[in-house]
Amino acid sequence: MATAGKVGVVFVSHSQQIAAGLVDLARQMAPTATLAAAGGTDDGRIGTSFDLVSSAIAHADAGEGVAVLCDLGSAILTAETALDFLDDEVRERVRIVDAPLVEGGVAAAVSAESGDGLDAVVAAAESARAGAEPVGAAAEATVGTDAATTDAAAASGSGYSRSITLVNADGLHARPAAELVKLASGFTQKITVNGTDAKSLLGIMSLGLTKGAVVEIASTDPDGREAVDAIAELAESGFGEA
Amino acid sequence: MGLDITWAVDWVRRSAQVVSDHRIELITLDREIGDGDHGENMDRGFQAVLPKLDDLHAGSTPGDVLKLVATTLISTVGGAAGPLYGTAYLKAAVAAGDSVSLDAEAIAGILTAARDGIVLRGKAEPGDKTMVDAWTPAVDAATAAAADGADALGALQAAASAAWEGAAATEPLVARKGRASYLGERSAGHRDPGAESSALLLQAAADAAAASAGA
Repeated sequence: MATAGKVGVVFVSHSQQIAAGLVDLARQMAPTATLAAAGGTDDGRIGTSFDLVSSAIAHADAGEGVAVLCDLGSAILTAETALDFLDDEVRERVRIVDAPLVEGGVAAAVSAESGDGLDAVVAAAESARAGAEPVGAAAEATVGTDAATTDAAAASGSGYSRSITLVNADGLHARPAAELVKLASGFTQKITVNGTDAKSLLGIMSLGLTKGAVVEIASTDPDGREAVDAIAELAESGFGEA
Repeated sequence: MGLDITWAVDWVRRSAQVVSDHRIELITLDREIGDGDHGENMDRGFQAVLPKLDDLHAGSTPGDVLKLVATTLISTVGGAAGPLYGTAYLKAAVAAGDSVSLDAEAIAGILTAARDGIVLRGKAEPGDKTMVDAWTPAVDAATAAAADGADALGALQAAASAAWEGAAATEPLVARKGRASYLGERSAGHRDPGAESSALLLQAAADAAAASAGA
């Protein structure tokens, strides 16, 4: 049964093991979202199956939409064909996403877990696209002038930030990073972690912050204090694994 | 004389036979520039269609047969050929409609619809070293033959012969679509397996039409 109120994510791979493995991987960070594997052919060979993809989409659809991630070319062809056979009303909320299967799939799953709508889940997956810079880095590069503004804002006292030291054994690895992103996504204000958007899972994970690292959590938003404190406290608590 | 349900069923049986006969050849071609499963996949797909032919109800049309092939290939082939051929047969079935007998113009119409389905699904263009390189000259030849007053058999024979030429012409090409495109320049010098199987299927259609005409 698909989880009510959440977007579902379908992994289509030529390999049954890859698709099943991706569900396991993403499940760590998205324990309640509906993640469905459609790997291999009906009889377990390498290939893709129209029937498996169709039933995975049906399984993942709770009415909020389904993001479908595919590996090699013919997986996409099979998924597109499966979409052709859906009712118009269902097809409108099923999206084949052009994104890397692993990074994009994990980003989509985390986004779905936090209750995002289909557009946001698709955007999260696409943010992992090859060639795209990590979200945080790209944001820094394109809004370099904003960074200066941030400093100015901090200097003028309108911003708020806290520096904490990571205490948990694995630092901001996948699960803690996902928890941090989920918490940050619950706030409307823009929050940064060492300058990277706290709502971007890939951005946070690509910081590669390990135990003992000093992390600055900041917001230039006058109303950002509560969010910064909440994230700082989550990090200081060791994400429940210290 | 138009082509009817008997021709359509015979085409499927001949397709299954010819794909089975050329299974190793298709596997070899695909192993050179792809993943090596084309012969296996096509053989499995058409073998799966055969028993379903017996379930066709009385009064079935050529369009019904094409639709049966489409849904079976989509469900059983597994590789890219499943969605591609499946879509081709599905669009061909729509073009055939409820007609019980297909003349040359109708044949050119279903071949055009099939080719357009492949292009829609695979987004390949002529020259990309794909099955489109067999289908496009076949469609052009069938359309020209129909316009010149050929009958359905003549249109299919023109299509098959152009498809063979098109398949052979893929040999020097560098693949720009599909698994072979990962090989880049190294894909040149090998015939595209999808173009080859397309020519085999169109030849089977012409052979079935010749058998119908002779009967």
